[in-house]
Amino acid sequence: MAGFLLHLCLLLLFAPLLQGVITRTKALFAGRIGAPLLQPYFDLRRLWGKGFVLSRTTTWVFLAGPAVALTVPVLASLLLPFGGLPAPISFEGDLILFVYLFGLGRFFTALAALDTGSSFEGMGAAREVTFSCLAEPTILFSLIVLARISGGLSLNSLFGPHLAGAWGTGAAAPLGLILVCLFVVLLVENSRIPFDDPNTHLELTMIHEVMVLDHSGPALGMILYGASLKLMVLGALLVRLAFPWQTGHILGDVLVFLGGLLVLAILIGVVESTMARLRLVRVPQILIGTVLISIFALVLVLRST
Amino acid sequence: MAIGLFMTGVLLMLGSGFPGLLMPRESEGGERIFVALILLGSLCGVVGTLLSLAPDGNAALNLPWPLPGAAFSLAIDPLSAVFLFPLFLVAPLGAIYGLGYWPQRDHPNNGRQLRLFYGVIGAAMVLLLTARNGLLFLFAWEAMALSGFFLITTEDNRSDARRAGLIYLAATHTGTLALIALFALLEGICGSFTFPPAASLAAGGAGSAIFFLGLFGFGMKAGLMPLHIWLPGAHAAAPSHASALLSGVMIKTGIYGLVRLTSFYAAIPPSWGIIVLALGAISGILGVALAIAQHDIKRLLAYHSVENIGIITLGLGIALIGRSSQQPMLVLLGISGALLHTVNHGLFKSLLFYGAGAVIHATGSRQIDGMGGLLRRMKWTGICFLGGAVAICGLPPFNGFVSEWLIYQGALHSLPGSVSASQLALLAAPALALIGGLALACFVKVFGLVFLGEPRQEAAARAHPAPASMRLPMLVLLLACAWIGLSPWTVAPLLQRAATVWSPSLAPLTLAAPLAHLPMIGALAWSLLLLIAVAGFWIARRSRKAPRDASTWGCGYLAPTPRMQYSASSFGDLIVGLFRVGLLTERHGEPVAGPFPKPSTFSSHTPDAVLDRALLPAAGGIAWLSNRLRRFIQNGHTSFYLLYVALTLIVLFALIP
Repeated sequence: MAGFLLHLCLLLLFAPLLQGVITRTKALFAGRIGAPLLQPYFDLRRLWGKGFVLSRTTTWVFLAGPAVALTVPVLASLLLPFGGLPAPISFEGDLILFVYLFGLGRFFTALAALDTGSSFEGMGAAREVTFSCLAEPTILFSLIVLARISGGLSLNSLFGPHLAGAWGTGAAAPLGLILVCLFVVLLVENSRIPFDDPNTHLELTMIHEVMVLDHSGPALGMILYGASLKLMVLGALLVRLAFPWQTGHILGDVLVFLGGLLVLAILIGVVESTMARLRLVRVPQILIGTVLISIFALVLVLRST
Repeated sequence: MAIGLFMTGVLLMLGSGFPGLLMPRESEGGERIFVALILLGSLCGVVGTLLSLAPDGNAALNLPWPLPGAAFSLAIDPLSAVFLFPLFLVAPLGAIYGLGYWPQRDHPNNGRQLRLFYGVIGAAMVLLLTARNGLLFLFAWEAMALSGFFLITTEDNRSDARRAGLIYLAATHTGTLALIALFALLEGICGSFTFPPAASLAAGGAGSAIFFLGLFGFGMKAGLMPLHIWLPGAHAAAPSHASALLSGVMIKTGIYGLVRLTSFYAAIPPSWGIIVLALGAISGILGVALAIAQHDIKRLLAYHSVENIGIITLGLGIALIGRSSQQPMLVLLGISGALLHTVNHGLFKSLLFYGAGAVIHATGSRQIDGMGGLLRRMKWTGICFLGGAVAICGLPPFNGFVSEWLIYQGALHSLPGSVSASQLALLAAPALALIGGLALACFVKVFGLVFLGEPRQEAAARAHPAPASMRLPMLVLLLACAWIGLSPWTVAPLLQRAATVWSPSLAPLTLAAPLAHLPMIGALAWSLLLLIAVAGFWIARRSRKAPRDASTWGCGYLAPTPRMQYSASSFGDLIVGLFRVGLLTERHGEPVAGPFPKPSTFSSHTPDAVLDRALLPAAGGIAWLSNRLRRFIQNGHTSFYLLYVALTLIVLFALIP
């Protein structure tokens, strides 16, 4: 029970900070001082206090979108080890549930976008579902590689303590490859540059942000909060993969994990500052490329171990 | 006693449409009697099945039949029961649905025909699923195939229905030919038309021929990818509740045939599993890609049947691979995933067809592009359709997720060990992920364009809600989907028993091992539902006082019209573009160019790659060639004909020793 609460507290309290760190990194790169690190918390508080503006076209589905988008990462995080902290809920095959939970979130977010009847949001929804169906095989292949290395089928054993040792063996190359793949998936799923731009709403190349154009007040707050939770949950996979050290002490494990997340946030900020957004036609090409890289990793791991 | 009740059910179903024939065309008594008989028949059938599954139940019936080699022998085992339960649920629900959807007073010409063959096909399928004799099986198979034809051509005044019916008839009889050859060969090996006991057949020689004939014949009925040609047109042409029965239940008889046939073999060569797996992956991926490209809601749902048959076949392929490589976990997970997905598809596909029927009933059109905003006018239909859409995408907390999860588990269980052919089963997992992603895109499109946004055409703006007789069956099916999704452990014992029938070597494997995580899935599904309900309640309460008179933000544009919404073509364009090699989509319309562009339109049309691009042109070519040959051979000169006779005689002399 204590582990359960610690898990939830870490997720719910820490997640918006990552957005703050990314924004701050980008500001520093641009030569500005930037918003305070805690700005996302202030934003959420302000949005929660505001009223709604609802289009007369919308139905209850428009509000179900944010509700699901907030719920899904919370439940998904419970299946996931946070660094050295084991997942509160774990069973064989929970990795499939993990992937499909995000599918549910995407389903309702895209429906909420179509509910407004706006052509922009329809466009965003079409792009979102197209690109994520290309990202899905990459995730699956990466998880299969991890499952082969760990010999188990739960996320807890996939991201278990054996990873620290595995980096030193023949499994290092496939692990490195899927680290790259998962980083790309993280950028796509969290609508980051170079695949999407979380800051602009109007350019016609946008994906995720254009879907939430009509959300306002608490609904927008739920979506933003849900997005930061999603970043932390998917980031936790990468952090565990890249920093598999365990101190053996609960406080030390938490610190390694949170430190890893901060490094990841800075890295995302650096990528966003140094890269231009890709042309839209390039996005599927890169995603198919990562599928191929992850297949290559699978072949390597099947042959070597 | 049990089998007697069961047979009473079959006879009641079989006869359910006949009283209506004796009544006047305009009378509504026939449809009430029909519904009552179907309900009663299904009830008898379910109780009979349950009783015969009980530990001391007698589940076999053997009657003599004055046909050489034939016997009227039936048996109910857990494997048959898995296929019988959805049938006994969907058939009566469809009958009730028909009261509102196809009432006799609105369809005096074909209402009676529809009900007559609806009852016959139901009874034929029950017989087929329990037959233990090859000739009885074929008899039931043909009865089912022919009544299917009459269901498809219910509206035989429409040319597309006639065309779909003819293609269906050609396809189903090609399949039947293969099945006749199959049972003839089987008789040659076993000595009688009685089904051999499980694990008694050798795989080599005639055994392999039997398997591949079965794969062709049963695959044709199931709609496996290159053989699916009849399916989209047929399911689109039939009335919606008949489509639900055809798509939700009838095509599963093909799966049943494959499952039953493979249970006969003692050992399975590795190549069979890999072939079945590959066919499943092709069906799944191309089926859903073709579905995205459709703009006719019923054709779209029909292509999703091809996709789901692909998913079921993936599970079957994993189980076959598991049998040939002696990995019981793969067998159990693969076959129970395939069987559960069969049940699930029967439930959610019927639900979706009922929903589509309600929409067509309300708007008078099957074209997605003309709809929109129906959720306001058809609240219950919308909710049920949304539930079905979540289920068919394999998303938690509904039933589709449970069966796909079992198949994933089967695929991943082939991981440990050294590299071997059995590890090809792994590829089912990413294929399923791609299928899942594409299905999600497709149902976002369908639900979003049909039920959300603004009505695109006048008919959609004037849509009327479905009557209670159509809402009730949808609600029942939605609850069934939710039940399997939220408490999947309740179906585990039946799956386990059916898997043991399929592969007796599984018997020592207990339920505790692989299906044991189903309660966990159920618990998480409940918590997901609860959390969403809490968050939804929270935001709904906050938004109660919000004014709802603003218009959707048009990025500064002040005169939006419903025509500016995304259409089915534009929504699918990105994905269809990715699959353009396999789909051969025709795109019509000019791109907009210049500062003062001319009026421009865009539309896309995706033909069926196999039927419209390969088979029909090939058939046309053969017809043309034959015509030319005939003119050359049959040229009217008597001397040529005498020459043919002489040549034939010489050839005969040369051939006969």
